[in-house]
Amino acid sequence: MAEASQPAAGAKTAADPFNRQETLTADTFLRGLWEENPVFVMLLGMCPVLAVTNSAINALGMGLATTFVLLGSGALVSLLRHWIPKQVRIASYIVIIATFVTVVDYAIHAISLELYASLGAFIQLIVVNCIILGRAEAYASNQRLLPTLVNGLGMGLGFTLALFSLGAVREILGNGTLFGMQLFGDSFQPWLVMILPPGGFFVLGAWLLLFAWLKQRRERRLLAAAGAAAHG
Amino acid sequence: MSASLPLPGAAAATPATSSPVAQAPINPAPPSVLQVETGTPAPASPGLATAAPATSGLGTSGSATPAPATPGLAMLATLGLIAAISGLLVATAYEYTAPIIAEKERLATEAAVLRILPGAVAKRDFLIDAEGRLTPVDPAAAGGAGASAAGGGLVYAGYDAQGQLQGLAFTGVGTGYAGPVEVLFAYDPQRQLIVRSKVLKSTETPGFGDKLDTDPVFLKNLEALDARLDATGQALANPIVTVKNGTKTQPWQIDAITGATLSSRAMGKAANQAAQRAAPAIQRSLGLLTQPSP
Repeated sequence: MAEASQPAAGAKTAADPFNRQETLTADTFLRGLWEENPVFVMLLGMCPVLAVTNSAINALGMGLATTFVLLGSGALVSLLRHWIPKQVRIASYIVIIATFVTVVDYAIHAISLELYASLGAFIQLIVVNCIILGRAEAYASNQRLLPTLVNGLGMGLGFTLALFSLGAVREILGNGTLFGMQLFGDSFQPWLVMILPPGGFFVLGAWLLLFAWLKQRRERRLLAAAGAAAHG
Repeated sequence: MSASLPLPGAAAATPATSSPVAQAPINPAPPSVLQVETGTPAPASPGLATAAPATSGLGTSGSATPAPATPGLAMLATLGLIAAISGLLVATAYEYTAPIIAEKERLATEAAVLRILPGAVAKRDFLIDAEGRLTPVDPAAAGGAGASAAGGGLVYAGYDAQGQLQGLAFTGVGTGYAGPVEVLFAYDPQRQLIVRSKVLKSTETPGFGDKLDTDPVFLKNLEALDARLDATGQALANPIVTVKNGTKTQPWQIDAITGATLSSRAMGKAANQAAQRAAPAIQRSLGLLTQPSP
């Protein structure tokens, strides 16, 4: 959009992401999905991750609700960033976040009573999800509207993806279903602990193990490549 | 009031000051300014009157801008603006979703009531009034499930196509292992029995607590649960209680599920609370209920 008015220094983003306006790149979006995934990499917002992922639909609903709040609050914080005095910024962000949480609460209630009942108090508790306040403080408060929206969408979808990968595994193992559809025959004995709170920890632990292993393997390969290059 | 009184006089004395008079109610100037205004020649007064509010308005923000300590006005203005935006958004969302939510909850309640009363195709809602009798209410006006969720005590009567009473349904709440359990009960007024149950809202442990709604052995308890009134007609002859698994001897007892005793007790409490509240009123108003629906 207004790339021309952008200071030339904005091109290099990774050096100092907190004080510089970011130029919109694919990375702005993709970072939240993988490299800085809020759940698997930053380990933020663990409360809803463990609490509402006992079924795929709950996980998806919670993830999309959080994404909406991230987008809405990010947009408003970004638009108002020049007017919010830093002494009252946390109060301002909380009011803005609470507004969008209330809106999404009404929306879910209107869309599906079952989803609303099964998510329960966790919709209201999006207010205290540190991913959202973290994005407002670290990103939206000093970035233009468009990068904020793109980054927020990436983070939100990364969160949704993480929640879904927990929810799907837990529902399949703990209930033998996915989105309520029966996957196995009658002989399947549900692994009940998976839809109980301990199951959340088990599945999260397994995913983190997988991610750590992938990361380690990639680093080892890079090292090996570098070593090979050095030895010529 | 007192500040506005001298103004017509001032305007009448100097017709040229009509513009400051028009401004005065918007920016109530201190009385001293008014005295100066009437004392000085007419052409000078508009400048004074407009300058006074302008300097007072700029004065606070102007003096605060150089000192970064606390830009009080800016903070207030920002928070005020944000509060206004938020209020507007929340109010808009509420206005838009409230009727949809109310309608969905009404339909959900209706579906639950018709499911629990086989043979019923229509329902009427009744409220238990202060004298312990039933009075008909309009389901839309009563807020549908909203009233029942709050334990507000609606009684639902189900009728078949001919307008014959098929049974009654009411909700009860009992505290279980993880929180309140809200149950809808079907009641047979002739035999004075609770004949069916359906858990509406529960946060009990999945796999244990949800047996309240699925375990066929447990549900047998609620197929003919005694809810007879005592001689006075004010309360149940025998309060409904949950007993330890395998020790049920009386028709007003509920046999608990092994491993879900607290949840089973919640069911007993809900049934007792609901029947104590609704059964006397239903028996008193049976005449009103059995006449075919209009």
